[in-house]
Order: sequence, then C-alpha cells, then structure tokens
Amino acid sequence: MSDFRPAASLEMLQRRAELLRQIRRFLHDRGFLEVETPLLSHDVVVDRHLDPIPVTLYDDARQPNVGPTLWLQTSPEFAMKRLLASGATAIYQICKAFRGGGETGPRHNPEFTMVEWYRVGDDYAAGRRLLSELAEATLHRGPATQQTFRDAFLQHAGVDPLAATLDELLAVATERALLSAADAERFRADGDRDAVLDLLLTQLVEPHLGVSAPTIVYDYPASQAALARTSADDPRVAERFELYVDGVELANGYHELLDPSVLRERNSRNNAGRVADGKPPLPIESRLLSAMDQGLPTCSGVALGLDRLLMVATGAQSIREVLAFPIDLA
Amino acid sequence: MGTYKTSDFRKGLKVQIDGEPWQMIEMNFVKPGKGNALYKCRLKNLIRGTTLDRVYKGGDTLESADVEEIEVQYLYKAGDTFVFMDNSTFEQYELSSVQVDDMWKWLKEGMVCNVMLFNGQPISLTPPQHVHLKVEYCEPGARGDTATNVTKPVKLETGAEILAPLFINIGNVLKIDTRTGEYVERTST
Repeated sequence: MSDFRPAASLEMLQRRAELLRQIRRFLHDRGFLEVETPLLSHDVVVDRHLDPIPVTLYDDARQPNVGPTLWLQTSPEFAMKRLLASGATAIYQICKAFRGGGETGPRHNPEFTMVEWYRVGDDYAAGRRLLSELAEATLHRGPATQQTFRDAFLQHAGVDPLAATLDELLAVATERALLSAADAERFRADGDRDAVLDLLLTQLVEPHLGVSAPTIVYDYPASQAALARTSADDPRVAERFELYVDGVELANGYHELLDPSVLRERNSRNNAGRVADGKPPLPIESRLLSAMDQGLPTCSGVALGLDRLLMVATGAQSIREVLAFPIDLA
Repeated sequence: MGTYKTSDFRKGLKVQIDGEPWQMIEMNFVKPGKGNALYKCRLKNLIRGTTLDRVYKGGDTLESADVEEIEVQYLYKAGDTFVFMDNSTFEQYELSSVQVDDMWKWLKEGMVCNVMLFNGQPISLTPPQHVHLKVEYCEPGARGDTATNVTKPVKLETGAEILAPLFINIGNVLKIDTRTGEYVERTST
C-alpha cells in the first residue's frame, strides 16, 4: 500500500515525546512508581457502553479460533487496583487502551494512549487537586476551576440533571433542536434517562467547559458512578470527576469504590443494559473483585487520554493530527 | 434491501426514512468516556432537497436506499413532462416539471444529463456542470466595452434569461455554470 506516511507531523511527534517526559517527571517527583500491567487480560471492565475487543489465545496455530477468550484492556484499572490491594501506594502507568464498537471520530481512535494513576490515602478532594496540578504543569493554563455536574447543567442546559424526569430532559433536547419529535419518541421508548443526559452533556454543556481555564466537573449522577463510590452526603451523586479543556473531555477520576458487593451489583446492571442493547454480557467475576473481597485501601485514581491532552496543548482539531498512524493507517 | 448499523454511518451514505431517500451529508460521532455513543447526522432529502437533523444511538439501524445515478440524453418536452433516454438500454425516463424544477433553463434537446433513480423511478435531474447556449435575444452589444462586471439581461435559446456582459450580442454562444446559473464566458460569436 502506498500511503505509508504518518498522519502526524514529525514536530507533533516531538511534542508528544515532550509531553510524555513532562508527565513522567511530574509523577516521579511526587513519588509515583511507574508500573506495567497486561494489555491482554482474562478480566475486563463491565460497562454498558464500553465494548472491549476479545482476543482468542489459541494453542494450536492451525486452529486460531480455538482457545480461551482474553480481552484487550479498555483501561489498566483492574490490574492497577490489584497492585494497590497488594501493598503498592502510589502508581502510574502509560499504556495503550482499546475500544471496539466503532469508536472512530475526531476525538476517538480505537487504540489510544492512556495515562492512569492511583494514590492510596487520597480522598475525593485530594484526587481532584492532583489532577488540577497535572493539568497546570502540562498545559500552563492555571489550576482547574471546579464545578459540580449539576451546576454545569443548570448553567448551560437550564435543567437539573439530578431532579428532571426523562420527559423534562427530552423537552429541553427538543426545544434546543437537538432532537426531532421522532428522535425524542425513540429516546422515550428506550426509557434510558442517561442517554438523554449524555446528549445534553455533549451538545449543550461540554462546549462551554474548560474554555477560559481547565475545568473539573464533579459529583456525577449516581446512575453514572462507574467505579466511583456513591457520596455519603448525597446518594443522588457519585464521587466521580472529569477534566475538561476547550470543551474536550480529557480525564476521568474516581474516589474509588471499595465495596465488592456494590461492584457486583453494578456489573449485573451493566450486563442487563448490554443485553437490552443486543450486546453479549461480559464476565462479572474478576481478580479485581477477589482483591476487593480482601480489601482495597482508600484511594483515588484518574485515567487521562494522552492523545487528547496533546490535542488541546497544540490546538489540533482532530485526533489524527496527534497520532503517527490512526486506525485507517495502522 | 440492506440495513446500515451506526458503525457504517458516514458522509455520503444513502438511506431510506419514511419511504423517502436521504443522503447523509454530515455525520458526527460523539461519546462521553463512560456514556452512550451518539451519532449526530444531517440528512438531505434526495427528492425535495430539504435537510433534517437526526441523532442516533449506537446500535440503531437505518434502511439503505436503492438509489443510483444514470447518464441519459434529453429528448423532448411534452406538456409538463420532460422525456429522457438511457442510450445504452434505450429505456425512457420521464420527469415532471416539478421534479426538473429550475433545471429546465439549461436543457437543450440531445444534451447528456444525469438522472437519479430511487427504486428504479426517476426522482431528480442534474444537468452538466457547464452548458453552452446560444443567445436568442438581447439589447445590442456596446462595441469595445469588454467590462464583465456591468451586465444586461439576455434571453437564451432555451427561453431562460440570465445576466451577461454588455458586449454580448444575439447569436453568441455563452458558457454557463448550471450550479450558480451564472455566465462564465463567451465561447463563440
């Protein structure tokens, strides 16, 4: 094939290397240990909307479809938490993460680079503070302002994301011309309130986030807790936070969930959602759950998309500009 | 009839919604890290030219539209009907004046055009990007005035009226851009 050349310029690859050095220095200076965990694992994050890529680990090369199914990791989260449960205190990793399900677009490539870190003893506020410091050190645009998910919605979408009913959220979407009447009917029939929140978030709220300075949005709806603990003060929200710069979602962090029974329950609910979407369920049990059964220490962790961080640092409009070989050239 | 999954969605895709053919002219994939994959699509109606914005969720499907564009020759107009022929199959296709819309202005017998078929039925016409048409009538040309920014109305052999420079005379052949309906140059006097 003739198109062997990279999508990113060599100058951009230099910027990428500098950014990687900056991040490693930042975390090393704070006592974080760099670790490597498997990209190919028996375990996988169970999420309704994350589609991991299965790989058959065959023994007999003449029968490459026969063998146990392993998963390319959607993030190194499970393995890193197993290290925390085994005595590690502050760890980070820079690795590739993979997502199936057609995640290709101006801000998506099925294979991308993730920076992920965890520190034992960090509470919710400490987790956000460290993320803000890293954003400041790499982007030089000041510390992050902090805004609750609810306030961001009230300000930019004019609706309370914790209190509004599905119909009220759909009314906002149709008033703001995000959905036709026919679209709204399909979303109503699905009965998935979070899908409408995702629509309002991406179309009305996100474009305003992190424009003058980096913004950390926190207190996500409990229905979108993922692997964050639910707030003890307000059961409607989870202790989950995200970093935005120039309207681009850069990082996702949790005050980590420690209770294995809650994770099992969430895994079952996610699998029910996957089945409702016509997708196969994912294995609920994992070595992470075994680690949590033993006891995971209190910690906070963040996953940051390196490619997107490089995009906002350089003003790139498409993820293609920062990747040597995006998926179509891979 | 096939179906397209959201992972097939891309610009240029021709799909069928409520029995009509639409073309995807914009497609944006958005997805919060821990949320639904959403596909923001702008669709253009291939019959009426109107546009429609729709949002689809990952896993939704759209029916493909059986749409093809064929090359035909314009034969003649009978009443409100324009008749074209596919020179390779000798199949004749009829389009109404509503379907032809403004494009009658550029149609000259024998001209080769494109007709779009939906389920085998003609739905729209695209004339060549440039046509050469003779001036049937205009006020006399101002000799020596070669300015192209001062214009006058001229009537073409098809009956259409366009604006052309002052130096144009009756019998001149003009090159016209059919997308804008504007004079390009004089190709013969």
